[in-house]
Amino acid sequence: MSDLAKNLRVVKALGLRSVKQTFRRPQLMAPILVFPTLLLAIQTGGAGGAVNLPGFPPVHSFLQFMLAGAMMQSLMLAGNSGGIALAVDIEMGFTDRLFAAPIPRYTIVLGRLAGTATLGLLSALWFLVIGLAFGAPIEGGVLGAAIAVGLVTATAMAVGGIGAAIALRTGSASVVQGLFPLVLVVLFLSSAFFPNALMIQPAREIAEYNPLSFVVEGVRGPIISGVDANELLDAVLAILGIVALGLVLSARALRHRVRVG
Amino acid sequence: MESAATLPDWRANLATIAALMSRAKNELLRVPGAAIPGVLAPTIFFLGINGVFGALTHLTGFETGTYESFAVPVSMLQGAGFTGAAAGVNLARDMEQGWVDRLLVSPAPRWVLLAGTVLAASARALIPATFVFAIALPLGASWPGIDGLLIAYLMVASMAAVAACWGSGLALRFKTQSAAPLMQAGMMAVIFTTTAYAPLALLQPWMRTVAEVNPVTQVVDAARQGFLGSVSWAGTWPALLALLGLLTVLGAWALREMRRTAL
Repeated sequence: MSDLAKNLRVVKALGLRSVKQTFRRPQLMAPILVFPTLLLAIQTGGAGGAVNLPGFPPVHSFLQFMLAGAMMQSLMLAGNSGGIALAVDIEMGFTDRLFAAPIPRYTIVLGRLAGTATLGLLSALWFLVIGLAFGAPIEGGVLGAAIAVGLVTATAMAVGGIGAAIALRTGSASVVQGLFPLVLVVLFLSSAFFPNALMIQPAREIAEYNPLSFVVEGVRGPIISGVDANELLDAVLAILGIVALGLVLSARALRHRVRVG
Repeated sequence: MESAATLPDWRANLATIAALMSRAKNELLRVPGAAIPGVLAPTIFFLGINGVFGALTHLTGFETGTYESFAVPVSMLQGAGFTGAAAGVNLARDMEQGWVDRLLVSPAPRWVLLAGTVLAASARALIPATFVFAIALPLGASWPGIDGLLIAYLMVASMAAVAACWGSGLALRFKTQSAAPLMQAGMMAVIFTTTAYAPLALLQPWMRTVAEVNPVTQVVDAARQGFLGSVSWAGTWPALLALLGLLTVLGAWALREMRRTAL
């Protein structure tokens, strides 16, 4: 078996472990699916009248508009949960055992990220199904849905890279858990829950430059109107930026973790 | 100083409740970081929904000019919900570590043990509420008046007690901190399926129906009175009734779970 195939088997095994771990522990699963679904229902029912505001983009319903926001919330929390789980592994000594195993160190991080990406994929499918079940059509059709799912999966992996870096650097689950409020801040200061043009300053100004807003628009476009090449390109570039940041931080944190044990 | 054994029952019970509240206070002083998420989450939520949904005030039928005034009581109550749920999580942790077993073999009545947890949560909920209120005022929330503020604080403390009963009941039922999401999600659901985001008339039909039957809507509206206008008895008593009902039902349930735990 080639080295690449062996490493892929390690990544697959660790990724599967990560997904199973999430499904077995309600405190990891709830933030990824339960809370975003609950918030989606609450915001759709509570602020649904917003579609009547002048300047609101033409949509079938507020639910259709909010699907991308719910997916973003879910993937951000999946990244955070992935970081918490990795930090718990470090605290309990599981990562030390992996470090001692004859496998490249990067596969340990990649395995975790593969798990986070899988959770992102599941969350994207979950919210698309919810949207369809409650009468929110995907205007971009099958291609649009595939693009939305692909972007959410890639972003989950990218955001997971940052969570993994923090877990590796600190080795503390409570520190990674403490980032939860920051996740909320990043979400609220993006166009995840409302059109950028209708947000109040200074949130509007910050949201305009928040990379997550570009990803949100890339996911939302195929759902509410159809595939737009410019929106898609902006989203891909934003994801690549987050991936690059996650890679640099993870590589440095991994070196640190190997050094300190 | 009199020993607990020589005190009359009611004084011994009060002393036990005070000791349990004191323990919760010590926990807060010794691990101040543990209180940060409970304070930060409602504050961020308040700032977030103002920045994001502030334009809703432009909808016809919205009863206030500033969304800050409309949203601040909700965030204060959200802080109460978080704090109450955290009391449940702490109780579950105490069960996992065997502390509750030791309490259960003490001669203190079960209701006293529950009251200590619940009242500690009520007192603790005033911290995030005050923090959110202090942030909201300079950002444009109206001064609710002394009576409006007192009513808001009463609603916060009582809602935290309701949340603590809910959290404690679940902790006693499942005996694990893994039940934490259920404690938090339950509180999030009852507080936000109300007039939290917009007045009743502007909610989506299904949400309006839910909000009309959700007793916490009365609590949100009562806490909001001073921020949007003046306080009235007519705007307060339905909330008091709702809280009394919730406390009776959830308190009785939590107590039942505690009695079952002791068996």
